[in-house]
Amino acid sequence: MNWESWEAFWAMGGYGLYVWGSFGVTALCIVGEVWLLRRHCLQTWQRLKRMKSWETQ
Amino acid sequence: MNLYYYASPSTFYPLAGKLIPWFAALALILTVVGLYISFFLAPTDFQQGEGYRIIFIHVPAAWMSMFIYVVMAFWSAIGLAWNTRLSFVMARALAPTGAMFTFVALWTGAFWGKPMWGAWWVWDARLTSELILLFLYVGVMALQAAIDDPRRADRAGALLNLVGVVNVPVIYFSVKWWNTLHQGSSVSLTGAPSMARIMLWGMLIMALAAWMYTIAVALVRARSLVLERERQTDWARTLLEGKP
Repeated sequence: MNWESWEAFWAMGGYGLYVWGSFGVTALCIVGEVWLLRRHCLQTWQRLKRMKSWETQ
Repeated sequence: MNLYYYASPSTFYPLAGKLIPWFAALALILTVVGLYISFFLAPTDFQQGEGYRIIFIHVPAAWMSMFIYVVMAFWSAIGLAWNTRLSFVMARALAPTGAMFTFVALWTGAFWGKPMWGAWWVWDARLTSELILLFLYVGVMALQAAIDDPRRADRAGALLNLVGVVNVPVIYFSVKWWNTLHQGSSVSLTGAPSMARIMLWGMLIMALAAWMYTIAVALVRARSLVLERERQTDWARTLLEGKP
């Protein structure tokens, strides 16, 4: 185990801003991509479903 | 094995649907293990202190940014040569994730560069060629979005993909060909890696997690594209009666 306390963990030996700035933005990018993709897929599904119901009318 | 069978959209769609949860679960497990190694098992670096831990995302993200582009170019070449619809779909499905990893590689690189080099950014060959890679990803996506006819968009995007792939070896060898501030590679296919074994494991597991994530996300995107393109077919119409 590397860390003596949670404070030491968050401080990252003085590199806290850089380490958490990197990991944090990466996490945001991944969560953002998954969220956008999910929304895109649902919207595509609904749009295709609407198009289909117009065609059958 | 009949590859044409799997290349048919009506087979691909349900098959991908079954595979996605497995790749997603693997990505999640590998990320947890990789993060545990990155923060709790890997020791403090004797030169860079705790700041070096950024490499556990920087290196896998940079690898992915190049791999994904090569895979995209591969699918583009197959698509252009044999006119297989699913190849173009795969190439398109990978682009946003590749762009995301390229951005992450640049961002984490800047956050590593500031404390270690004293600069967020320098115009060195490695950094500049990686930035060009980001522009290539964005360029391919913008070009495809600007063309209404999907077939023409596919071909135009594929062509730009193939032209742009020349940039990948430039990125990879830039640290050898030019005098760069960016360091040479610590891990190579030949010779022993110049880093502690546990650090190497952390990086490799994070890279594997990134692969699993990429496959899962690309398959989700590919399914959506396939459904949209095949909406007139019987199988797609039957499918659209159910739930997403």
